[in-house]
Amino acid sequence: MPHCLQCINLIMEIVHVYVRRRGDFGRQSHFSDRPAELLVDIGPDPPLADGFIHRDPRDVATQSAQEMSEHQVNTERFESESRGINHVEGGWPKDVNPQEMEQTIRFRKKVEKDENYVTSVLQLGSVMENCIKQNNATDIYQDYSEDEEAADEVQEPPAAKTVNVFRDPNEVKRTVTGLSWHPDGNRKLAGAYSCLEFQKASKDMSFDSYIWDIENPNRPELTLKPVSPLVCLEYNPKDCHTLAGGCYNGQIAFWDTRRGSQPVELSSVEQSHRDPVYKLIWMQSKTGTDAFSASTDGQVLWWDMRRLSEPTERLVLDLSREGSLDAALGASALEFEATMPTKFMVGTEQGLVLSCNRKAKSPAEKIVCTFDGHHGPVYALQRNPFFPKNFLTVGDWTARIWSEDIKESSIMWTRYQTSYLMDACWSPVRPAVFFTVKMDGVLDVWDVLFKQNEPTLSIKVCDEGLYSLRLQESGRLLACGSRLGGASLLELGPSLSTLQRNEKSLVAAMFERETKREKILEARQRELRLKERSRSEQSREDDGAKEADGQEDPEELIARAEADFFSAIDAEIKRRQKEEDKHRVGGEEEEEEEEEERAFQFEKVLKTQQCCCFYFCHFFS
Amino acid sequence: MAEVEETLKRIQSQKGVQGIIIVNSEGIPIKTTMDNSSTVQYVGLIHQLVMKARSTLRDLDPQNDLTFLRIRSKKNEIMIAPDKDYFLIVIQNPSD
Repeated sequence: MPHCLQCINLIMEIVHVYVRRRGDFGRQSHFSDRPAELLVDIGPDPPLADGFIHRDPRDVATQSAQEMSEHQVNTERFESESRGINHVEGGWPKDVNPQEMEQTIRFRKKVEKDENYVTSVLQLGSVMENCIKQNNATDIYQDYSEDEEAADEVQEPPAAKTVNVFRDPNEVKRTVTGLSWHPDGNRKLAGAYSCLEFQKASKDMSFDSYIWDIENPNRPELTLKPVSPLVCLEYNPKDCHTLAGGCYNGQIAFWDTRRGSQPVELSSVEQSHRDPVYKLIWMQSKTGTDAFSASTDGQVLWWDMRRLSEPTERLVLDLSREGSLDAALGASALEFEATMPTKFMVGTEQGLVLSCNRKAKSPAEKIVCTFDGHHGPVYALQRNPFFPKNFLTVGDWTARIWSEDIKESSIMWTRYQTSYLMDACWSPVRPAVFFTVKMDGVLDVWDVLFKQNEPTLSIKVCDEGLYSLRLQESGRLLACGSRLGGASLLELGPSLSTLQRNEKSLVAAMFERETKREKILEARQRELRLKERSRSEQSREDDGAKEADGQEDPEELIARAEADFFSAIDAEIKRRQKEEDKHRVGGEEEEEEEEEERAFQFEKVLKTQQCCCFYFCHFFS
Repeated sequence: MAEVEETLKRIQSQKGVQGIIIVNSEGIPIKTTMDNSSTVQYVGLIHQLVMKARSTLRDLDPQNDLTFLRIRSKKNEIMIAPDKDYFLIVIQNPSD
């Protein structure tokens, strides 16, 4: 009530006062009934109406339309199965038994005598003969437009469409953290399912990972049951029945699809990684059973699948070359190119990419060089299949292309995107195309020959973040995995999956050009640094000479420094005045000389300033 | 009778012809040059296809009717000439 009184502007408060004697506190209340009492009567105040404007007419919107509401309907999943039918002859009239040869022959003979039959057959025969002869004369289905290459010039815009989505059959959805295509024919896709968010994995989260047949999205073809959720999973390129996976608890597991869902071999817990295995790659070897794995615990381990009890080799990613795990960098990506079997690259959590040589003589020499460019963990690392000297990395909000020769910075990079990039890979058929997936569920297709500052094609695959990406060898199909366990299969349009004319040479030229640019920049930087260094060395020499004069009073030092400083300033001022006078007189060549002199003078002033600073520091230290 | 035989022989002698079947409207093969099991299979399947094709055309345009049906596959071509009561099926392997 008080608030409505405020608008009336009366300073009146309606107060109820309850009075009770102290001694009566706590006594039982006696309630009684009484008639209603009018406390306040606030009548209408005509002068107030002047503060309001009468509004006539008033607009009210109505619509004389049928009321409709929007509903969405999704039919139940329809499961279909293929079945065959066995044909048995039918249609025989009731009096004829199809099994009896006699009866059927008799029936047939009767039909053949029919007038109708004869005319029909004759007529049909002539029609048929015509077509048969036609077929024999020319191939009526011959493709005449094959010869016209000009049609290719009209490029369709790059496009990709979702073909299928494979959903995690479990109740509790896990992230698809790894994908691998079947090496032979690519009809199967293996997905590693786990929850990478720290401690977010619920107790009833299943550990299973699945192998899907891409024709059947309803049910996975095979379930793999590891002891701990799989973070990464790879088919053996040499033997399409075997797979290896890295677990969340650091162990490596080896499966044979012919032997069922349980791993055939499992590495021992003591000898494995101490952190989730982020990447596992099969190596080229005579036995076809070698693989190596990397994890954020800072180790890269080499394994022989026949004997997973302990790794065959171990490398600690310690830049100080001491092999201490505490100082090691956690690895989040791994790269191996079969054409260069002794080299491999590791992408770290700290944003560095290490290039390593497996065949180095001592463990200290294993890490050859580092590439520093990302602010966050490097989640993907892959060499360009056509140009192995250039590789792609993805981390923080950018994707970068590097050249092995330039270690200071990447040669090409994308703009900082709005969301985190989680995975990337090159197209296996087009050297200029690469794909990235982001945390906002968008798949970007980048074509460096077409457009460099933004993706050629951006597709929103799903609402949740995309964590992994893999292209099939043919370059047409692409699988990407999301946070809620949905692996989407996309088919790329022909312009993205066929090698364009001159593409290889254009891309080679582009990489060359960018590498050269970086080299020039690097050389320039080096020069500048050298100059700086030599200058500071020179000034230090001067200081050294002055100090050799013997112990001087700090006060004298200060006095001398001041004197030097002021004299230098005076000289500069005088020189400037002289210049102005000369200016009025004219003379350009002299000006140039003046410029040079001025530059030299300025340097001298700077040097003296540095000396003074040095003096002061020396004094104060 | 003899003309029927002659027609069929002529068709059979054309290049690439692998088999001929004459079927009646109920699906009973009257004359065939192939073995029984293949005949039965072809007849059963093609009969349904022809009925479907015909009904499709008639649904689209009641005054239209199926005159010829050609199914070109990777391996051969199946040609079906329908009539009111019978149809003729020829399987040919085109020479190219």
